[in-house]
Amino acid sequence: MSTNSPHFLSIQRLETLPFSVSPMAVPSPPFSLSKHSPSNPPSFLASNPSLDPSKAPVLRPRNAFGSEANLGRVEQTRLRLWNNLKTNSDLRLQASRELPGLTKELESDKSERMERIEHGTDLFDEMKQRFLSFKKHKYMQNLELYEKLAKDQAPKFMVIACADSRVCPSSILGFQPGEAFVVRNVANMVPPYENGPSETNAGLEFAVNSLKVENILVIGHSRCGGIRALMSMHDDVETSSLIGSWVSVGMNARVRTKAATKLLNFDQQCKHCEKESVNCSLVNLLTYPWVEEKVRNGELAIHGGYYDFVDCAFEKWTLDYKESNPIGKSGKVAVKDRAFWF
Amino acid sequence: MGNLSQEEAIEGLKKLLIHNDKDEQILGGFQSFKTNKFDMYPALFRELAERQNPKFLVFACCDSRVSPSSILDFQPGEAFTFRNIAGLVPPFNKMRYSGVGAAIEYAVVTLNVENILVIGHSSCGGIERLMSHPEDGSTANDFIDDWVQIGLPAKAKVKAEFGHLPLDEKIRECEKEAVNLSLTNLQTYPYVRERMARKALALRGGYYDFVEGCFKVWEVKTIITTPIHS
Repeated sequence: MSTNSPHFLSIQRLETLPFSVSPMAVPSPPFSLSKHSPSNPPSFLASNPSLDPSKAPVLRPRNAFGSEANLGRVEQTRLRLWNNLKTNSDLRLQASRELPGLTKELESDKSERMERIEHGTDLFDEMKQRFLSFKKHKYMQNLELYEKLAKDQAPKFMVIACADSRVCPSSILGFQPGEAFVVRNVANMVPPYENGPSETNAGLEFAVNSLKVENILVIGHSRCGGIRALMSMHDDVETSSLIGSWVSVGMNARVRTKAATKLLNFDQQCKHCEKESVNCSLVNLLTYPWVEEKVRNGELAIHGGYYDFVDCAFEKWTLDYKESNPIGKSGKVAVKDRAFWF
Repeated sequence: MGNLSQEEAIEGLKKLLIHNDKDEQILGGFQSFKTNKFDMYPALFRELAERQNPKFLVFACCDSRVSPSSILDFQPGEAFTFRNIAGLVPPFNKMRYSGVGAAIEYAVVTLNVENILVIGHSSCGGIERLMSHPEDGSTANDFIDDWVQIGLPAKAKVKAEFGHLPLDEKIRECEKEAVNLSLTNLQTYPYVRERMARKALALRGGYYDFVEGCFKVWEVKTIITTPIHS
């Protein structure tokens, strides 16, 4: 390495964006959330002529879902919003330090300000708007609940779902804060007990032994990239990628799928494997002694689920645990209470 | 009278399909999602069915109170979200931490996310466990301890800087320090480092305090100095 090579320095800076509002305070005037509508920009922007709203991407603070139908269009714009925001093209630009309620001008010149707006700040700003919206429409509307939750959580569900951006359990199944302890990993897999410690079974242990959840729900989904990777792996080749190493937890599902779906095309095989992998995870859950004990005692129920976002349908089933024969010879799982919602 | 109204028919079917109140809760949630979101934006969901193109990879805790979709209102398709105890990111280790590694690899290399956001939170059971667990080996480690010990460097830093504070305040400091540790650990992943170097990826930390009702966010800033001549 030559003496002239640049030095690469990484710093972490805590730039606290000031959107802390205490639970009991009324939101201060600059946020004036009640005045916000699609046509009025937030008042703090208006009071700051240095920030030219026409230059900034459209960051209308949105209203919560469930309000008037004519906001549907605003929702659609906002749903696409993240993808339109220019993010970090230049990481050296600073996040805005602007404080709410202050009308002080930004000190630097206009062009630099425009750059800041278009790059880092719009992302922070959008995050701020979203959090404040959550604060106003959910947190403040349910203060009693949130005060209770601040002390402790007592969820009845543990959910294991995929990290896929399209399958958040709170979104698709409407879990409210406090209801579900959620582990999300690639392809919603549960490794067996003998594989040793991992982030998934750490979560499992906490949920079952400390939180004493009553239900575990493993949710698979359509078009899962992780399952596709599992099905695409070459049979004898050592997995070189991390994705390969992780999804090979589901190898039994792949073997069973390939045996059962010889006549189907690859996409159909993947779909079969997505469900088979859920069952594989259910079986793996029973390899944990403290899980099996609670299932046996009737304190814990284990369920599988499958969310199809192509047709918007949800299937669920419950593991039918029989003490005499918890897992069939072929590794198949006995299920009951099947439901299919669409 | 054989004619049931649509509502009655649906109620009747529900009785057949719903086996208990847990089913009812999930069905209600799913129906609400379908009616208020999926059916309202068919073009968007058709597009999402083909591919996801999230701009974020989010690391958050499994805690039932801190769903990122809830507090930051991430919509379907926006954030590839990995949730584990305390939202920790371990350093790159193919053998030991393939789960997290797989998520980072998929999000960064395949999905080309532009941002990684690590969110810590108040009253985190995992951090409390980390801070309370004796280090003299007197208590056996279970899976949780094995996982949270990723945060040991954060614990050491907090004990050094805030040793004078009571335990609950040290825990709060560690909740934030653990986020910084995760942000540092992220940079041990080669594809993360590579993309940060060409400014294609930004790293941000967040802290959700649901006791006070506030959210802090910060970013990792990278500076390359001019060459230093001798």
